[in-house]
Amino acid sequence: MASFLNSSIGKKFLMSITGLFLITFLLVHLIVNSLIIFDPTGALFNSAAHFMGSNPVIKIVEPVLAIGFILHIIYACFLTLTNQWARPVDYDKKHAGNSSTWASRNMFVLGSLILIFLIIHLSNFFWKIKFTGSEMLDQSTVDGIENAYLLVTSFFIDWWWIDLIYVLGAIVLGIHLTHAFWAAFQTLGLSNDRWRKRLEVIGWIYTIIVAGGFAVIPLWVKISSMIN
Amino acid sequence: MDLTLKIWRQDNRKAKGRFEIYTLKNISPDSSFLEMLDVLNEQLVSGGQEPVVFDHDCREGICGTCSLYINGRAHGPDDDITTCQLHMRKFRDGDTIVIEPWRAGGFPVIKDLMVDRTAFDQILQAGGFISVNTGSARDGNGILIPKHKADEAMDAAACIGCGACVATCKNSSAMLFVAGKVSHLALLPQGRPEAVRRAKAMVAKMDELGFGACTNTGACEVECPKGVSIEHIARLNREFLLANLKS
Repeated sequence: MASFLNSSIGKKFLMSITGLFLITFLLVHLIVNSLIIFDPTGALFNSAAHFMGSNPVIKIVEPVLAIGFILHIIYACFLTLTNQWARPVDYDKKHAGNSSTWASRNMFVLGSLILIFLIIHLSNFFWKIKFTGSEMLDQSTVDGIENAYLLVTSFFIDWWWIDLIYVLGAIVLGIHLTHAFWAAFQTLGLSNDRWRKRLEVIGWIYTIIVAGGFAVIPLWVKISSMIN
Repeated sequence: MDLTLKIWRQDNRKAKGRFEIYTLKNISPDSSFLEMLDVLNEQLVSGGQEPVVFDHDCREGICGTCSLYINGRAHGPDDDITTCQLHMRKFRDGDTIVIEPWRAGGFPVIKDLMVDRTAFDQILQAGGFISVNTGSARDGNGILIPKHKADEAMDAAACIGCGACVATCKNSSAMLFVAGKVSHLALLPQGRPEAVRRAKAMVAKMDELGFGACTNTGACEVECPKGVSIEHIARLNREFLLANLKS
């Protein structure tokens, strides 16, 4: 096991597994968030957020998710460093755009930007809901259920630059995912010339739904508040 | 054609290299890229200068000896060919052509444009073979192999070991080369008995020699003169993961 995780493919295996786990998480996250759009009263979103915070299964998955994030980030740093060392002297002239996509060559840059966004995002909502609390959370309409809807929507309504950060975050995440989805399967050996095209198409559909969905939610909240 | 060449010159493994600028006049567009370099070297020798050292052998596009990173691309601007099959008609009169050696920690420069690709031999010696004495050739139909498997194995075996995959990969990864060898043998019944040991030994050797990890950019298959597909890398990943599960 140790020799497996020390090998280049072993490290990539971990990147792939944790990546696919995060891909699944993003979809669940988006489904919960989409309730903000589907129910303008916020009741549905609040009960879903409460369920995600109190359900024992989610309580077990939560630390696993944190470990997934941390492993994905640590191994990305490790692999990127060794990959940089593998070419001590760089070329004077490179024509890389001819043979690969920009996203595939810049996964670490995109990942770093997503990490910055993640820290902002966690401090905006997760930290308050979980630890510090907030006046808005206490203004509940249903007994025992925090008003997460009010916290989230007032954030998006009060500061336009928060909306901008969330839309940019979704775009960067989307670019990361365009390469990530198929590459995760390729690393697991679950691809060939025929399946590669299929997985790339599924990856694009997934990316458009997830990145598009996360970008639309803050804009929807902001615009609908301006209309009403 | 009149050309300006910007060529990497390096005296030996340890020396610090530099670019030198050379001008060439009246080059035929029908000459090959290596013939153009031959003309340059004759010009240098007659002027009392050291000729530019570069690797070449068959000049038929099959031996995998020639290399060269030309204008930012392995084996130059044309697709699916080695440098020796590149012709000057792919360039324009008055062009400046940048010529660099393969750049990778695993391929140290020996002199000028010539690099040491012994690392590939070492990877092969680690497991890229079948360790039985095969004797004389067997009957054609003695071992039945499905056509599609024979075709796929042949596609993988088309690798000539030139190193363009390493040269073009942003991580200097040798995965396409290793994948070609592992895939070729893993697809055939003769290669199956040693598949587990082979996948582990060749990957371990590849890592040990300082090649980077694959990030699935797909640049290698685009620049590979033999068009070896990265589906073979998927097979290598599969073989390696299964090999680690089995033992």
